[in-house]
Amino acid sequence: MAVCIAVIAKENYPLYIRSTPTEDELKFHYMVHTSLDVVDEKISAMGKALVDQRELYLGLLYPTEDYKVYGYVTNSKVKFVMVVDSSNTALRDNEIRSMFRKLHNSYTDVMCNPFYNPGDRIQSRAFDNMVTSMMIQVC
Amino acid sequence: MEGLTLSDAEQKYYSDLFSYCDIESTKKVVVNGRVLELFRAAQLPNDVVLQIMELCGATRLGYFGRSQFYIALKLVAVAQSGFPLRVESINTVKDLPLPRFVASKNEQESRHTASYSSDSESQGSYSGVIPPPPGRGQVKKGPGSHDVVQPRPSADQQEPASPVVSPQQSPPTSPHTWRKHSRHPSGGNSERPLTGPGPFWSPFGDAQPGSSAGDAVWSGHSPPPPQENWVSFADTPPTSTLLTMHPASVQDQTTVRTVASATTANEIRRQSSSCDDPWKITDEQRQYYVNQFTTIQPDLNGFIPGSAAKEFFTKSKLPILELSHIWELSDFDKDGALTLDEFCAAFHLVVARKNGYDLPEKLPESLMPKLIDLEDSADVGDQPGEVGYSGSPAEAPPSKSPSMPSLNQTWPELNQSSEWETFSERSSSSQTLTQFDSNIAPADPDTAIVHPVPIRMTPSKIHMQEMELKRTSSDHTNPTSPLLVKTSDLSEESKINSSVKFPSGNTVADGYSSSDSFPSDPEQIGSSVTRQRSHSGASPDNTAPPPPPPRPQPSHSRSSSLDMNRTFAVTTGQQQAGVVAHPPAVPPRPQPSQAPGPSVHRPVDADGLITHTSTSPQQIPEQPNFADFSQFEVFAASNVTEEQDSEAEKHPEVLPAEKASDPAGSLRVAQTDGKIEEKTAASVPANVSKGTTPLAPPPKPVRRRLKSEDELRPDVDEHTQKTGVLAAVLAPQPSIPRSVGKDKKAIQASIRRNKETNTVLARLNSELQQQLKDVLEERISLEVQLEQLRPFSHL
Repeated sequence: MAVCIAVIAKENYPLYIRSTPTEDELKFHYMVHTSLDVVDEKISAMGKALVDQRELYLGLLYPTEDYKVYGYVTNSKVKFVMVVDSSNTALRDNEIRSMFRKLHNSYTDVMCNPFYNPGDRIQSRAFDNMVTSMMIQVC
Repeated sequence: MEGLTLSDAEQKYYSDLFSYCDIESTKKVVVNGRVLELFRAAQLPNDVVLQIMELCGATRLGYFGRSQFYIALKLVAVAQSGFPLRVESINTVKDLPLPRFVASKNEQESRHTASYSSDSESQGSYSGVIPPPPGRGQVKKGPGSHDVVQPRPSADQQEPASPVVSPQQSPPTSPHTWRKHSRHPSGGNSERPLTGPGPFWSPFGDAQPGSSAGDAVWSGHSPPPPQENWVSFADTPPTSTLLTMHPASVQDQTTVRTVASATTANEIRRQSSSCDDPWKITDEQRQYYVNQFTTIQPDLNGFIPGSAAKEFFTKSKLPILELSHIWELSDFDKDGALTLDEFCAAFHLVVARKNGYDLPEKLPESLMPKLIDLEDSADVGDQPGEVGYSGSPAEAPPSKSPSMPSLNQTWPELNQSSEWETFSERSSSSQTLTQFDSNIAPADPDTAIVHPVPIRMTPSKIHMQEMELKRTSSDHTNPTSPLLVKTSDLSEESKINSSVKFPSGNTVADGYSSSDSFPSDPEQIGSSVTRQRSHSGASPDNTAPPPPPPRPQPSHSRSSSLDMNRTFAVTTGQQQAGVVAHPPAVPPRPQPSQAPGPSVHRPVDADGLITHTSTSPQQIPEQPNFADFSQFEVFAASNVTEEQDSEAEKHPEVLPAEKASDPAGSLRVAQTDGKIEEKTAASVPANVSKGTTPLAPPPKPVRRRLKSEDELRPDVDEHTQKTGVLAAVLAPQPSIPRSVGKDKKAIQASIRRNKETNTVLARLNSELQQQLKDVLEERISLEVQLEQLRPFSHL
């Protein structure tokens, strides 16, 4: 169950961040922020070759006691970070990948909207709905 | 404030008034000045006005919130009707006429009241529960102000504001639908042209300050507000004078809008009443939209690129967020461009929004792009329930836009056939793309399958062989522990647990999942093991389910080893007896209970089933040819414990993960002596070590141990030796009560042997691991290639 989903822009500022309201959101924000370092590290390590060869799904960035943080980066250096509750052991890597794929698709749809200026906060309702479904469904 | 129940007409009226007063577009608070002006227009004595204000709570709050405003309006109506002003009166007075405000509103109001009542009927279906969002063009400006849909900063905010009043209103008939305020000033008046257009495009404006041109805002226009607005679009040019706020935009529009509003307005009015579906586009509207489309894109079958559409719709002065939402709704195929249908839908939504209608969350059916011939505009209007695309997929693609990839065409159809929202689901459901999950094996749920899953990876087979060997040596029913873990069948697992090393090997486990069956079928195990050997390095086999449980034939050698073990057991009474004999071939060891004998039987059995776990318990009785169970029982019991320990030591690397669990397993083995005696335990530890399951006291631990050992032995010879060593080693383990009988020397000898076996197995394990790694790497690289080659079709 994804407890927090964030979309980070290329310049490492958040375009969209949402967490389950029951938790202390600040904690998740902090986790996402710290995970950016790990993302950058992975990108630099893998991206020495052509970007194409780099896989978009970064996998588990780092696990904490209660949560696991997964990362995904697009070719335009937009990062998706997902914090998942560790108690949900049934959540497999494939599922995480599919969730990221959905995120990527929705993000692409948002970008296709001419009224969306890249770099703005994402306020698309469709995107919100998709994220909501992801945060609940995985529960 | 006490709950205020308003009729639909009242609600609409109040909403209009509210928006009229809400010149600051706050959507929450109306300007006091405006409100006072309004009250003055109600021709009520000042003290009454003050009283009203007090009653509604505005004086208390200091401002007029929506609820306060509504209550105030209601009180005005009460006062105007001659009823005493009281808080209760707002709800008790029935059939209260709408508050009347003098000034040019009179005519509007009368018209409006009539229209409202009629509207409320016609609009029953979508009576907006929530008062129309600010977009309500200045109600007061009735005259043509209908379209003054003050673009509220964000439609969403309106929602929160309206709820303030909504509870008070008449029960929302369709909360989820669009709040259509029928009141949308359809302003179909001929006078509208004067004021309408202006207001429309200058939503913010009180552009038509009190122009009494009297387009009744409420001219009872029916649902499709857009119709009015639509007209207003065109009216913009003529009403440039009214565009006090946005002359620039008006000018832009003059170039764009050309349709004469007056005539259209009348027509719209006529037709609007006949439309039940507020989102339906009338013919005139459609025609207008088409005309607009052609101004941007002459080819009706072509697209309007996103940038052009953006400019166009930005002229409507709606907030970017709303425009963005409109775009999301109307760009059906998510291609960043608008076809004619999409454009009409978007335009329609903009018009609706301008008239105060809230934007839907989903695209209304009537607005969904019809994949029908565009020339047939007449059909377009008749959308009610006619999802054009349903029947026109064939025509759609060709007619819609030749330039459009057929994929785009089909998407709407796909979506339309299902829910619109499923579109994204569908596109993103292409999860069928290769999974780059390199650890798919361990994560594979199949591994949890108890029943024999065909061996997937060569290493697993080898593991099985090892297990087999182990089994033979120690006469433990060391079922392929890794598999055991997965097996939900506890009994099975118990059998396997002996092979402590296995438990942790996930990858191996996969292979073992198949080998899980081996306990029940020792022969299979043997064969599987041998197959493993042959398969080692055959990467393709890893992904494909391995061949059916290997037949025990290969386990002949094993069987021989089993025999040897058996012999040993019989003769020396040492555990190794059966164990030693186990060559890599997994001896058929279907039943854990046959642990003692299994080693012997396994090879005998022709099944090479590795699914020891699941079937072992059942098969126990079925394998009459198994060796003397009793002696093996004892043997196994001791072996189990010993084996587990020794295995832990011996096969540290047999299974990478399992290794870690070995010590644990062995420890557990010691503790489960009792179980062993009952032929149950020993394997448990191994299972536990596997980390996943249940340790259910192995039903036939002893046997299983043997089997597992056998299975694990990749090398017949090595394993036989090892098994012997194992047996020897295990036997003497003092932890097991049974082994107590062994003298120290025997124990030491067995330990030595076990160690030797251990090293051999460790070597084997490392080789297998390497093979596994290679195979996985190949697999990953192939997947990456595949992913690269495959275009992002889902995007």
